[in-house]
Amino acid sequence: MKPRARLVAALACVSLLAVGCARNAPLDTLRPQGPIAHQIYGLWNMVFILAVVVFVLVEGAIVFALFRFRRRKGDDSAPKQTHGNTRLELTWTIIPMLLLGSIAIPTVAGIFSLARVPKGALNIQVQAQQWWWKYNYPKQNGIEASFTNANELHIPVGRPIWLSLNSNDVIHSYWVPALAGKQDVVPARTNHLKIEASHPGTYLGTCVEFCGLSHANMRLRVIAQEPADFEKWAANQARNLMMPTSALGKKGMKVFLAQQCVGCHTIRGTAAAGNVGPDLTHVATRETFAGGIFAFNTHNLRLWLSDAPAEKPGSKMPAGIATMGLSHSDINALIAFLEGLK
Amino acid sequence: MATVTEHLETPAYDGPFRRPTETQKGIVSWLTTVDHKRIGILYGCTALLFFLIGGSEALLIRLQLAHPNGHVLTAEQYNQIFTMHGITMIFLVVMPLGAAFFNYLIPLMIGARDVAFPRLNAFSYWTFLFGGLFLYSSFFLGGAPQCGWFCYAPLSTMGLPTTIGTLFYAIGLQITGVASLVASVNFVTTIINMRAPGMSFFKMPMFIWMSLVTNFLLLFAMPVIAVALFELLFDTAFGTNFFNPAQGGDPVLWQHMFWMFGHPEVYILILPAMGIVSEVLPTFSRKPLFGYTFVAFSGVAIGFMGWGVWAHHMFAVGLGPIANSAFAISTMFIAVPTGVKIFNWLGTMWGGKISFTTPMLFSVGFITMFTIGGLSGVTHSIVPSDYQQTDTYYIVAHFHYVLFGGAIFGLMSGIYYWYPKLTGKLLSEKLGKTHFWIMLIGFNVTFAPFHILGLQGMARRYYRYPAHQGFDFWNMVSTIGSFIIAFSILIFLINIVLTKFKGKPSGDDPWDARTIEWSIPNPTPHYNYLEIPVVHERDDWWHKKYSEDEQGNLVPVVAGASDEAVAHAEHAEPHMPKPSYWPLVAAAALPLFGYGVIFQWALGALGAVVLLVGIYGWAMEPVE
Repeated sequence: MKPRARLVAALACVSLLAVGCARNAPLDTLRPQGPIAHQIYGLWNMVFILAVVVFVLVEGAIVFALFRFRRRKGDDSAPKQTHGNTRLELTWTIIPMLLLGSIAIPTVAGIFSLARVPKGALNIQVQAQQWWWKYNYPKQNGIEASFTNANELHIPVGRPIWLSLNSNDVIHSYWVPALAGKQDVVPARTNHLKIEASHPGTYLGTCVEFCGLSHANMRLRVIAQEPADFEKWAANQARNLMMPTSALGKKGMKVFLAQQCVGCHTIRGTAAAGNVGPDLTHVATRETFAGGIFAFNTHNLRLWLSDAPAEKPGSKMPAGIATMGLSHSDINALIAFLEGLK
Repeated sequence: MATVTEHLETPAYDGPFRRPTETQKGIVSWLTTVDHKRIGILYGCTALLFFLIGGSEALLIRLQLAHPNGHVLTAEQYNQIFTMHGITMIFLVVMPLGAAFFNYLIPLMIGARDVAFPRLNAFSYWTFLFGGLFLYSSFFLGGAPQCGWFCYAPLSTMGLPTTIGTLFYAIGLQITGVASLVASVNFVTTIINMRAPGMSFFKMPMFIWMSLVTNFLLLFAMPVIAVALFELLFDTAFGTNFFNPAQGGDPVLWQHMFWMFGHPEVYILILPAMGIVSEVLPTFSRKPLFGYTFVAFSGVAIGFMGWGVWAHHMFAVGLGPIANSAFAISTMFIAVPTGVKIFNWLGTMWGGKISFTTPMLFSVGFITMFTIGGLSGVTHSIVPSDYQQTDTYYIVAHFHYVLFGGAIFGLMSGIYYWYPKLTGKLLSEKLGKTHFWIMLIGFNVTFAPFHILGLQGMARRYYRYPAHQGFDFWNMVSTIGSFIIAFSILIFLINIVLTKFKGKPSGDDPWDARTIEWSIPNPTPHYNYLEIPVVHERDDWWHKKYSEDEQGNLVPVVAGASDEAVAHAEHAEPHMPKPSYWPLVAAAALPLFGYGVIFQWALGALGAVVLLVGIYGWAMEPVE
């Protein structure tokens, strides 16, 4: 019973693994959406199959031995005393060496190929800080004028992206599983990561190096667009703010510029030129805010502006009502202003 | 035994440094003991207590993560709990459990009466205990460490709500590190110098081989982390800039030093369990260990190669393709000696007559679960693939298969196997087997889903995770599994309590075992061997009971033919080292230094005084 139970358990694990990966998981590492992630996926498949074969053989042999060589009731005789077999032992030393040696070749090839600087790539600078991502798009082929954006990385499909990553404070790690592996972002160093998407779409990512209190709240997304759409988006991002037209929006802008908001945030075209928090010039074009943890909508904005640290522990953004002394009508006006920043 | 009394006479010297005379009774005898067996028991019991604490922290973690957006703990509490869970399980559970086995078994298995430096041994235990208590006092004195067990700078030095936890981390691990370091000196010396006559290196039990390798690893690894911890402490407490990039320091330096210790540490945690398994399997297969020299040398090979793989913890740091390739290859090849061990254990069972006793079940559990952890370990060496898996739950699955499915199962096997040596009683087999099966099921229900969660992209060290990312179901399964494990541990504790009150005497050799510690009575007399044994064979005790004919068939030795016990009755009880207060006093100074650095320099000065008194008393106390 015991060995059989273990076999059943092992089979159950394997089948559960298969079932488990079929579920809807936007961060799934096993559904690559670009050539780089695909290359990694190929290596994973190679080693996974190998590991499963070794697993079945070794565990099978153990279970077989346990079953075949169990002591029967009443059998007190001693087994034949074997002390070893040098030839056999050399064999099971050399075979794993050859096996591992053979997977070393594609591994090393893969390491070097992933590190190679791509030709014709779009260059984007990524700056990490607790707990959000800042992107600088320098002027280059496809981008008319440089601009700054946060958390949501827009990229054109079919073109490799060469990210240069820096950190402002502690170590973070940039990861978009569908497009590439992860790359740590280390202060005072510039690391590089190559990503590429084959199809338009939104690909979720997240910070994966423990970076403090709100490590869990430092998410990101990559939005891949057709090159023409991307260029349109980039051109809009490079513009100054869109002036509010409604009365409420105008009031919101006044509140914004009169408050401490300007010390931390930049809105290009106004006096707000802070560098601590994200650039808000086109915040309403983003799907999410606050490190990618909230959908950009009125309800969430109200929660956030009223008491940011309650929503995101350790956030540098002060509590709107308790600390900054905003009234509810101030907050409504701010929301109207921010929602107009397309 | 009439002659015993002559050694219990009051010592002639009666000054302030006189040694306690009562060696075997009362609480003072435990506080002053230098008996390696009692120190081993203290180590083991303390480690099991910390195991319950660390396990409770694990349950808190699992409760928080049972549902998306969990609210059981705040972010800061969660970060403290997962940090302390890791620190506890590694430094206060698995390492000291290994030390408990070293302490209890090394002198017994090599035919010695004690370790080379008995008082140093006591100092090691008290230092470990005070280090552990010091770490846990942080919860009441400003906040536990919340930087993860790896405590990466500059997060740990400047990126947290409070860095007091980092101070407790740096000093607490420094103190437990002193305990490990002095213990390793002691055990290396003991194994090299105190083996019974005839016990050449290749007649040592395999557990002794693995102990020797482990203690050499400790001897060289602890200084590395000691330097790193001092630098971390100086950065945090005194504003030095070893790891501060803003002032030219290098945060990656901390990672190199931490993992240069941290990877040998992994083998420090697993090798004692491998030694235990290598004793248990032959006993219950009734066959000698298959390929003794291969197993011994593969252990030594792991000891050497373990130093050349540390950067596989850092593949995503950005060390460049050449460094990553080199460490990928070394990581692949360290799987070879580990694989050799698995195959040799298989060879040991092959053709045997396997009895499924509780220790055997736990050893088989070790092999099967460790194989899974080993295979997922090999997948990490495929660096591009590791770029996807590192820092996800896939890694958490891997190291729990190695350290729980491996180390803890192996150590449990050892506890069930050698329990009669401690108490003269066998733990209940029925409860033991129940414990094993429930723990095996709970373990797999808890940790197998982590593979899936990791591949689905669930990152580690998240105090909460959003819904609709495919994480809900498997997290719930894992949480249920963790409570199954907790239930199995409860059965284990019940087993210990019931055995204490209702256990039947085990006899001296309940398992028909192989190694010489089973040739002496259970529970072990405080002097171990009345007469130091002379060793002729590997598995000497087995060969006193059986011999082999040319075909390898076992022939029992005629009763009395090699029995020397008759002569023993005439011997006087051996003269054993006297207990001492001073190791306890000297060890008590170390946490005082720690509190001195963190809170008030006067406490450090007090620590200096206590240390001086302790060392002076230690040096000056009379032999008798």
